[in-house]
Amino acid sequence: MSFEVRRFSHGSRVPGWDDAVDLTKDPASVPDPALTPVPDELRAEIEAAMAKYPDRRSAALPALAAAQRHHGWCSPEAIEQVACVMRLTPAYLTAVATFYDMFDTQPVGRHRVYVCTNISCSLRGADELCERIEQAAAGDPDINVRHFECLGACDIAPMASVDGVYVGPIELDEVDELIDDIRNDRPPLPRKQLRLRPSADTLPLDGKDPS
Amino acid sequence: MDKLLFKDIDEPGLNTIDVYRRRGGYESLRKALAMPREAVLNELLASGLRGRGGAGFAMGKKVSFLPKGAMDVYLCCNADESEPGTFKDREIMQKNPHLLIEGIIIAAYAAGANKAFIYIRGEYVLQADILDAALKEAEAAGFLGDSILGSEHSLSLVVHRGAGAYICGEETALLDSLEGKRGNPRLKPPFPANQGLYQGPTLINNVETLSTVPFIIQMGGEEYAKLGVENSTGTKLVSVSGHVKRPGNYEIELGMRSRDIIYGLAGGPPDGRKVKLWFPGGSSSPVLTGSDEDLDLPYDFDTMAKAGTMLGSGAIIVVDDSTSVVDVAYKTAYFYRHESCGKCTPCREGTNWTVKMLERIKAGEATPMDLDIIASVCTNIIGHCLCVLGDAMAMPIGSMVQKFRAEFEEEIERRREEAWATTVAPEPELPLIQGAVA
Repeated sequence: MSFEVRRFSHGSRVPGWDDAVDLTKDPASVPDPALTPVPDELRAEIEAAMAKYPDRRSAALPALAAAQRHHGWCSPEAIEQVACVMRLTPAYLTAVATFYDMFDTQPVGRHRVYVCTNISCSLRGADELCERIEQAAAGDPDINVRHFECLGACDIAPMASVDGVYVGPIELDEVDELIDDIRNDRPPLPRKQLRLRPSADTLPLDGKDPS
Repeated sequence: MDKLLFKDIDEPGLNTIDVYRRRGGYESLRKALAMPREAVLNELLASGLRGRGGAGFAMGKKVSFLPKGAMDVYLCCNADESEPGTFKDREIMQKNPHLLIEGIIIAAYAAGANKAFIYIRGEYVLQADILDAALKEAEAAGFLGDSILGSEHSLSLVVHRGAGAYICGEETALLDSLEGKRGNPRLKPPFPANQGLYQGPTLINNVETLSTVPFIIQMGGEEYAKLGVENSTGTKLVSVSGHVKRPGNYEIELGMRSRDIIYGLAGGPPDGRKVKLWFPGGSSSPVLTGSDEDLDLPYDFDTMAKAGTMLGSGAIIVVDDSTSVVDVAYKTAYFYRHESCGKCTPCREGTNWTVKMLERIKAGEATPMDLDIIASVCTNIIGHCLCVLGDAMAMPIGSMVQKFRAEFEEEIERRREEAWATTVAPEPELPLIQGAVA
């Protein structure tokens, strides 16, 4: 009697939290500069980052961030290019890129919307907000909505970071407007942006909610 | 009380060097550079300033631990601020970046460091851009670079952006991340003061700690130590969030009554609701309850430690009686499971299983025995890992289970009944034989 063992796509019977590499291939070495075209701007950005540190490897994070800006995500091609300029193996950089939440090792939409669903935000309704934003952006390949751990803006809970711009507190009826702003490349909910908010400490203690 | 860190924080243009200098900025640096290095260190020691990042270690002592001799000494400013509930450093960096830069230059002078880094979390895009701009201004004005203000002290400063990992706020993980690796904590000892960044002696301090340094030089260490209470000197930024009417950062003198912070400054929970529990120092601190006894505790390092919790990063998260303690515990544990770097088994597995057990409670599949297992998982994490991330989950969850056990048991019972009422037990496909494994 024969039966098939069910395996995950990476070949193992147990789910891993990373996709395993193809074990039949030889390990990739440091890419050959002659065979790896790197866009000039990206090369300049990575080299400028490397020059800032006593050890060039310290530039791994800024270099990957630059590559992600350039390619939209940390694609194998992007990692290959960073590896070529930094003289590191792609495996080393892949290990780094998969560790950090802000590096995408899968293709994603051009707009990154991080909705904080940590304790302080969820106490103020972040879970529902996240669902509503996900629904409103559903089907739009340009918008990548994901829930995120504490973004350090609990004073404007529930909040979201839209391409790095902090917005909050977001009411449920503002979700459509927010998505509309993102779709049309406008600044997201300008009146609710963190940078315009005065410090709570300077406001008079009249018991009123400053928001 | 006169504000220090938050004095005129909303003044327009405070983030530019012109406004900052007009208000007396970089005068402390001038004063410090005119003093011998040891004298600056003595002021820091006399001030009794304790680290504002979470551990509360005396800053002056940390500086004095650095070995002397001809070698590269590094200074790292920890601006990774990822502790849930904490957002004080964000406000300093965004509105008064030169205060931090001045503090870093003075601290680097005291420590004999010539290279400094600000490790800022990658999500803080606006704040990192502001810091970068401020850095350029400070360089152009001669406060950074070679022989600062004609002295023998030189310093280069780099803003390094992280990429989204809570663990990189842990000092040794921060160093690994700054070296371009995955942010895994290192075995201690050797401590960073001896072998830190690039294996050199390294001083690591939080943004708020370093931003306080200019005031200590300006006022004198002893004068600064008169603020606050014994062993918890000075002022502290407190981030209040959750179920309060006025969430935000408030500068207080340490030793203020907790009730006055939660109700007085932050406005307390919405009308008609009561405080059920509060985290006094970020989500890693064991919780306190809404009892009068807990709310009347003075807010300082030693009192919080005596009450079985910690001041941590000074982030108060208030939870009122409309929220179930199970949901709070689940959110807390879920965060640590996500952020565990996976290097040490007790933390990697312990956070995972704690989340699974809390999921069982939420799904109505748990029994009170699960609470004992959660408690035992927590005690088995504490002290058994390279860093305190696992402990940071185990301590608040353990305290919630201990202090709200009755509510947990009620919830288990209630949710189980709810789940049973809606589930129809499936008919077994084959008759079960006693002793057989289903």
